[in-house]
Amino acid sequence: MASCKYDWPAAGQRDAIGKSTDRIDGPAKVSGRAKYTYDINRPGMLFGKMLTCPHAHAKIKSIDVSPALKHPGVKAALVIQDVGSEIQWAGDEIAAVAAVDEATAEDAVRLIRVEYDVLPHLVREENLSKDGDRAKPAGEQKVGDPDKAFADPEAVISEGFYGIPVITHCCLETHGNVVEWRGADSILTHSSTQNVSGIPSQLGAALRAKKINVQDSNIETICQYIGGGFGSKFSIDRWGVVAAELSKQAGGKPVKLMLDRDEDLEVAGARPSYFGHVKVAASKDGTLTAWSSETWGTGGPGPSGVPPVPYILTNIPNIYKKHTSVSTNIGPARAWRAPNHPQACLMTLAALDDLAAKLAMDAMEFLQKNIHLAPSYLVNTYQQELSKAAELSEWSKYWHPRGDKTPGHLKRGLGVSLHTWGGRGHAGSCNVIVRPDGSVTVQSGTQDLGTGTRTVIAVVAASTFGLPVDAIQVEIGDSRYPFDGASGGSTTVGAASAWTRRGSVDALNELFAAVAPSLGVQANQLEARDGRIQVQGNPSKSLSWKDACAKLGAKTIHTVGKNPGPCNLGSVGVGGVQVADVTVDTETGKVKINRLVAVQDCGLIIDKLTAESQVYGGLIMGVCYSLFEEKVMDQTIGRMLNANMEFYKLAGIGDIGGELIVHMMTGPGYDERGVIGLGEPPVISPGAAISNAVANAIGVRVSQLPLTPRRVLAALAKGGIA
Amino acid sequence: MQAFEYASPRSLQEAIRLLPAQWGPTDVLAGGTDLVSAMKDGISTPQRLVNIKQIAELHRMTFSPRAGLHIGATVTLRELLDDGAVQQHYPGLIQAAEAARSEQLLNMGTVGGELLQRPRCWYYRNGYGLLALRDGKSLVPEGENQYHAILGNAGPAYFVSPSFLAPILIALGATVQLHGPRGARSLPVQKLFVTPTRVGQREHDLAPNEILTEIRVPYRPGVRTAVYEIREKEALDWPLAMAAVALRQEGGVLRDPRVVLGQVAPVPWPSPEAERTLTGKKPSEDLADAAGRAAVAQATPLSKNGYKVQLARIAVKRAILSAVQQGG
Ligand SMILES: Cc1cc2nc3c(=O)[nH]c(=O)nc-3n(C[C@H](O)[C@H](O)[C@H](O)COP(=O)(O)OP(=O)(O)OC[C@H]3O[C@@H](n4cnc5c(N)ncnc54)[C@H](O)[C@@H]3O)c2cc1C
Ligand code: SF4
Repeated sequence: MASCKYDWPAAGQRDAIGKSTDRIDGPAKVSGRAKYTYDINRPGMLFGKMLTCPHAHAKIKSIDVSPALKHPGVKAALVIQDVGSEIQWAGDEIAAVAAVDEATAEDAVRLIRVEYDVLPHLVREENLSKDGDRAKPAGEQKVGDPDKAFADPEAVISEGFYGIPVITHCCLETHGNVVEWRGADSILTHSSTQNVSGIPSQLGAALRAKKINVQDSNIETICQYIGGGFGSKFSIDRWGVVAAELSKQAGGKPVKLMLDRDEDLEVAGARPSYFGHVKVAASKDGTLTAWSSETWGTGGPGPSGVPPVPYILTNIPNIYKKHTSVSTNIGPARAWRAPNHPQACLMTLAALDDLAAKLAMDAMEFLQKNIHLAPSYLVNTYQQELSKAAELSEWSKYWHPRGDKTPGHLKRGLGVSLHTWGGRGHAGSCNVIVRPDGSVTVQSGTQDLGTGTRTVIAVVAASTFGLPVDAIQVEIGDSRYPFDGASGGSTTVGAASAWTRRGSVDALNELFAAVAPSLGVQANQLEARDGRIQVQGNPSKSLSWKDACAKLGAKTIHTVGKNPGPCNLGSVGVGGVQVADVTVDTETGKVKINRLVAVQDCGLIIDKLTAESQVYGGLIMGVCYSLFEEKVMDQTIGRMLNANMEFYKLAGIGDIGGELIVHMMTGPGYDERGVIGLGEPPVISPGAAISNAVANAIGVRVSQLPLTPRRVLAALAKGGIA
Repeated sequence: MQAFEYASPRSLQEAIRLLPAQWGPTDVLAGGTDLVSAMKDGISTPQRLVNIKQIAELHRMTFSPRAGLHIGATVTLRELLDDGAVQQHYPGLIQAAEAARSEQLLNMGTVGGELLQRPRCWYYRNGYGLLALRDGKSLVPEGENQYHAILGNAGPAYFVSPSFLAPILIALGATVQLHGPRGARSLPVQKLFVTPTRVGQREHDLAPNEILTEIRVPYRPGVRTAVYEIREKEALDWPLAMAAVALRQEGGVLRDPRVVLGQVAPVPWPSPEAERTLTGKKPSEDLADAAGRAAVAQATPLSKNGYKVQLARIAVKRAILSAVQQGG
C-alpha cells in the first residue's frame, strides 16, 4: 500500500503515533525548571519601562526625556514617538528608559515631560448610529435573489440582533523580551514569541530602518517556553525594538522589557467585536432558503476583519450581507485564536437556532437537515459528528423545545454549534541527527506554545526509528536551528510532524545503508522495530539500535526534513461539533455550565493526550469569553477600565463547573487525511453553543456575549419563561 | 511603586505615635492585600508604612458567652475561619469570610483590613479619586456604572462598600474599638462607615492617626444567621449584591430581624423596611420575597445597574430563607 516513502505507517504499525503520550516537557514545567522569558535574568541586566499615552487620541506637542536620563541609576532613555506623532489609543508607547532596577526605571519614566494636543476619540462602537464617519463600508455581497426569497409567503423568517464585544488575549505571561548586544554587531533576544525563526529578520529590519546596522544572521532569538500567545505574539513589537535600542545605548547590557499586566491588556491584544442584525428564512419543512446580515465591528484604528457569514452553511442559495468597519481608539486588533471564526460562528449559529425554534424544530435535526449546505468535503464529517455529539450529550433525553417548563427558578437547556478551520502545516524544516552512540536529536527553530510541539516531534521520530519516545532529544526554540514558520493558524503540528517524518525516514535509510552489509542484505530489506534494525519479517537477523549505530564508525547522520515535501502527510479543513448543557438561575441571571461536549476531527492524531488537552483548553477559553470576558472602555476618558485580572474576568475551576466530554474522530475516513492542525477549532463553537443552550433553557435569546447576569436578566425582562 | 520608609513597632502606643494627623504621608499596613496593590497602582503613595502585625495585642481572639467574640484587628481571615468558637457560634461570619475564595487572601488578609479596605470602583482604582471626578464632574452616572451603587447613590459618591464582613457584623450588633492619640473609642460597625460628600473625605469614620484594634461581636444564643451573595464568577470575584440576615424565631414567628445589604451602596445598607416586613410574621417564601422587595423599594439604579436591584432583592430573600432553615 505504502506508495510514497514518507507516508505515515499503516494502522497497527504506528507505534506511539495516535496513542496518548505525556508531554515531554511536563516535568520541567510543573517543577518550575522551565524558564519563560519573564524568568530570564542575565548578568548586568537593566530593566526597561515605557511611558505610555494617557489619551485615546492625541498629538504630541513636546517631549523631553532628559530629566529621566539624569536620574541616578538610569542608563538609557529614548523617545519612541516624537513631536507631531498622532497617537491613536491610550497606552501607546511614547518614551522609554532602562535603569538598574525596576523601581528606578519607574521613577525615571515619571520624570519624562510630554505635552499633548488632545483630539476627539471613539472607544465604544456597539451603537452604530453613534459611530458617525468612523464607520466605513467594508464589503457588500449578494448571491441569488434574497429579496424574493424573503418575500415568499411560504417562508418562515426569523430576525435577531447578536453581538460579541472586543476581548483581549490576556496571556498569563505578558509580552516582552530580554535583549542584549554581543559586541557591536550581534544581538541575542529572549522573546516571548510564537515566531522564533521570524523575530531576527523583523528586529534586523526595524533597527536598520533606524540606521542601526546589524545583519539578520547576527541576531539570535530564544524562546523555550511561552506563557500564552493566542495569536498576539507574532511580532517583535515596538517594545522589542526599543529594548534593543536601549541596550545599545547602555553599551550592550541586557535590557528586560516586559509589559505590565495593565499595558498588556490595554495594547497587546484585542479580538475585534462583531454586532449585527441577521434575518434568515426557511421553507416550512425547515430547509434554509435565505440569509441576510448587516454587521459591524471594530478592530481598533485599522480595519476590523470581516467574519465569514453565513458560517459553515455557505451554500445557502440566497445571501445578502453587508459589513461596516468602525475605526476606534481602543488599541490595535491582533489575531485571536481562529481569527473571525468565533464571531461568525455566534452570529450564524445563534440566528439559525432562533429560526429552528421558530419552526418548532429540534436544533440538532435542523442542522442535520441543512448540513448539505456546508462545503461538500465536510458534509460527511458533520453528519457523523452531529450524531456523535447527540449521543454523548444525551440530546434526546435532555433537549426540549424552547423554555424549560419545569417549575422553579432553575432552567436547564441544551445548545449545539459547529465550526471549521483550515490547519495545513506551514513551511519549515528541521535537522535530524543520529550519532554513532545511538543518540538521536531533532532540531528546529520552531516553538512549543504549550500545544505539545516538542512531544509531537519526539513521537514522530521515535515511531519512525522504532524507539521509545524518551530516546529522542528535541531541541527547539532557538532561531539558530533550521527555520520554521510561526505558530499561528493551527499550522505547527502539520509542519512539525511532516518535517520530522521526512528527516527521520531519510536518516533511517542512511542508517540502513550503513548496517545492511553486516546483516548480509540490501538496505531496502531492513526495518526499524522495537529498538532494533532487522531484516523485514525476520527478527532473528537483527542488530540492536545501539549496535546498528556503532556501524556508522566516525560518521554522524545528519538529514534535513522539510515541509512542504514529497508524499501527502497532511491536509486541510477540519470540522467540529459542540453541545453545551447549562442551567440558568432565572432570578439571578447566572449561567452554570453542566456539561460541554466536543466532537472534533483533526485528521491523523499524533498524540491523543495533547490533542484532547487542546480541546479542553479551547472549551475553557470558550467559557471565559461566553460568560465573562469583555474589554470595558469608558467613552468619556477613552480608557479601558478593567485592565487588571480582577475585573478582566477569566473563569476559575469552579466556573467551568461540570463535565467536559471530548471525543476525537479517528480511524477510517479521518486518519488517511494525514495530520491537520487543532489549535484553533475547538475555541470557535463555545460562544454559540452556550448562547443557544441558554436560549433553550430560558426561552429567549440573550443577544450579546458575555452572558452576564445583567444581560440574562435584561433578556428575561423582555420575555422568556421566568 | 514609590519608595517608602517602613516601621514595625511592637506596641500600639508606638504605632499611634508614628501616624500623623492627616491622610496621605503614612498608611497602616496589615495584610497588605489591598494596600500594596493600591501602592503599585499609584492610588496610595505613602512615604511611610506602619506595620501593625508585630503588635501582639492586636492578634488575639477570645470567646466567652458573657463577653462574646473579640477579634483582634490582625487576626487573619484564615484564622477566623479555623476558630472552633467562631465555627460553633457564628456560622454567618464563617459564611461571609469564606466568600474570599483565594487562599492567598485568606492567609494574608486581616479582619481589620477587610473592614477598612478601600472601594473597588474602577474609576477610583484608575486614578480618578474616590468620587470618580473629572473636571469636577463624576464619571459614574454616564459611564460604566454596572457595578456601582443602587442605594444611597444621590452622589457625589457612587462606589459600593466592598467589605464582605461588615453586613453580617452589623446584623449581629458588633462594635469596633479604635485607638488614637487621645485614647480609645468604640463604634457600632455601622458607624464606622460613612458616605463621603466632598473630595478628601474618606469612607470610614477613622482618623488618620487611629488604629482599629478589635471587633467585638455579642453572643446571642438562638439567633440564626445567613449570608447570601451573588457574583458573576465562582472564582475570586466581587459580589454584585449580598445580604446578611440575623433573626430569632419565637412561637413560630420572627423576632428582632436584622437585614443588612452589602455591595449595593457606599456603606453597608441596613434595611429597616425589610426588617419591618419580617417582624412578628410567620416565615414563608412569600414573606421572604416581600422582605426582598421592601429592601429595594427605594433603590435608584443608574443607567447600567438596574439588574442589581433584582439581585439585591433575591439576595435578601435567599438569605432570609437560608437563616430560617438553619437550626439554633
Ligand atoms: C483581588 C482581590 C479580590 C478580593 N476578593 C475578596 C473576596 O472575594 N472576599 C473578601 O472578603 N475579600 C476579598 N478581597 C478583600 C480582602 O479580604 C481584603 O483585601 C483584606 O481582607 C484586607 O486585609 P489586609 O489585612 O490585607 O488589609 P491591608 O491591605 O493591609 O489594609 C487595607 C486598608 O485598611 C487599612 N488598615 C488595615 N488594618 C487597619 C487597622 N487595624 N487600623 C487602621 N487601618 C487599617 C490600611 O491602611 C489600608 O488602607 C479581595 C481583595 C483583592 C485585592
Ligand atoms: S494570578 Fe495571582 S497567583 Fe497567578 S501569578 Fe498572578 S498573582 Fe500570582
